Amino acid sequence: MKKNKPCGNAPEGNEPEDNSRRNFLKQSSLLTAIALIPGVAVKAAEGHFDEKVAAVFEKVPVSIEINGKAHKLSVEPRTTLLDLLREQLDLTGTKKGCDYGQCGACTVHVNGKRVNSCLTLAVMTHGKKVTTIEGLANGDQLHPMQEAFIKHDGFQCGYCTPGQIMSAVACVREGHANSEAEIREYMSGNICRCGAYPNIVNAIMEVKEGGQQV
Amino acid sequence: MKQFQYVRPTSQQSVIDALTKPGTKIIAGGSNLVDLMKHGVMSPDKLVDINKLPLRDISSIMGNVRTIAIGALALNSQVAEHAMIKERLPLLSQALNAGASAQLRNMATVGGNLMQRTRCPYFYDTALPCNKRNPGSGCGALEGFNRMHAIFGQSEKCIAVHPSDMAVALAALDATVEVVGKKGRRYIAFKDFHRLPGDHPELDNTLAKDELITNVIVPENNFAKNSYYLKVRDRASYAFALVSAAVALDIDNGRIQDARIAMGGVAHKPWRFYEVEKALKGKPASTETFEQIGELAMQGAKAYKENAFKLKLTPATLVEALKHAARIA
Repeated sequence: MKKNKPCGNAPEGNEPEDNSRRNFLKQSSLLTAIALIPGVAVKAAEGHFDEKVAAVFEKVPVSIEINGKAHKLSVEPRTTLLDLLREQLDLTGTKKGCDYGQCGACTVHVNGKRVNSCLTLAVMTHGKKVTTIEGLANGDQLHPMQEAFIKHDGFQCGYCTPGQIMSAVACVREGHANSEAEIREYMSGNICRCGAYPNIVNAIMEVKEGGQQV
Repeated sequence: MKQFQYVRPTSQQSVIDALTKPGTKIIAGGSNLVDLMKHGVMSPDKLVDINKLPLRDISSIMGNVRTIAIGALALNSQVAEHAMIKERLPLLSQALNAGASAQLRNMATVGGNLMQRTRCPYFYDTALPCNKRNPGSGCGALEGFNRMHAIFGQSEKCIAVHPSDMAVALAALDATVEVVGKKGRRYIAFKDFHRLPGDHPELDNTLAKDELITNVIVPENNFAKNSYYLKVRDRASYAFALVSAAVALDIDNGRIQDARIAMGGVAHKPWRFYEVEKALKGKPASTETFEQIGELAMQGAKAYKENAFKLKLTPATLVEALKHAARIA
């Protein structure tokens, strides 16, 4: 379990957390395991040792631009973009709902396209631009979609809201917000268990009809 | 998720070479594979990310038969929104938009869509028996929860269905899957790409271990004016099909010159209705004609405890889709 971290944007110059202790523990437990294997097996394994250690412990360097800021990071291949954002960069605005691509709470934009960050391997966003809910506002000035969600009460508990808003912005940009029916269809990847759907649709309709730059 | 090695080759040959090692899997969009890895259903030692390969193009190709070639890495959303696809293969565009969510369609590729695994709950739960996941362990669905399961072409080993919408349209449109492997390039007719479960439900398709899908090729046709994809599901959007129908008709002067019919949610692969297609030829494109073919369509169907409703829903969906395609709905 990772420790809880305060919410909010990543501070300037934020670096990935120091994982040296975790890696030490993992490496030492592997070495312990190998020490317990009979000599013959160890000899047979020795030839592949380097490769195996590399396979288990290799972290991959990645460069990702997140909310306009370049990050040089080092990630395990199995780290999802969602976990990278939340656990390493403290960008906890992006929510972990189902973690299996079924609820849309983790929706972010990668190179301008909305995707489920829970099913995106961070290593596969190398060289790409990621926008999260934290990157939507212009300083203190909220994005029109954020304003509309507040005005139309497009949420109750608010947990799905960052994903809803990221998806809503993409929905308008894609040109799929031309009617209530179209909005409902193209927002179907974002589940709201409070049932704020009518207000969410109203918020998106208003932004679309307002014709502002989204 | 278990640890794995990750490589991102830039050449097709390196991908093929990497695939010869057991435990190696290709990743493209990852929308199904990462899900399966999180569930522990699949746990590859090595992932080969093929996104550096130039397989994203959608192009029209002139030859003996005019075809449209869709790169294996073209995104589902990219294909669905492509002007040429919408104009010439509207059935494919419709089927793609009926699948998944806008987010997932931005991740999922055409090749990956063909390779996705069944959503049978026994396949997904590693504590339960499943011959597809763990050959020889039995089929939990046979006597268990089988509401979503197959009514055609199933075996005692597996009654799972293929989850794709896109594949149902491609089956109806007689697509060809272009693959490359150690032995070179070959072309697999769409009907031969996915398998029926038989005694080896662990094998979803006929792709060899060292092979990579490079393109899906669809011949041009006269169906663009009269095609329709109808998907019936538990909620209005973002759910797998109970049953779905991809219907393509070539109608001249009110008579059916040619027909292609495939259905989803009914079998281990997109299910073609060749006999119905033959029976429709030459008949008037009328409600009466369509309502007569229901019985023929259902020959050989077999239901289980919870999916008997599909015996009625399948012909009803088919007739409805035919009426939409003929524009008499």
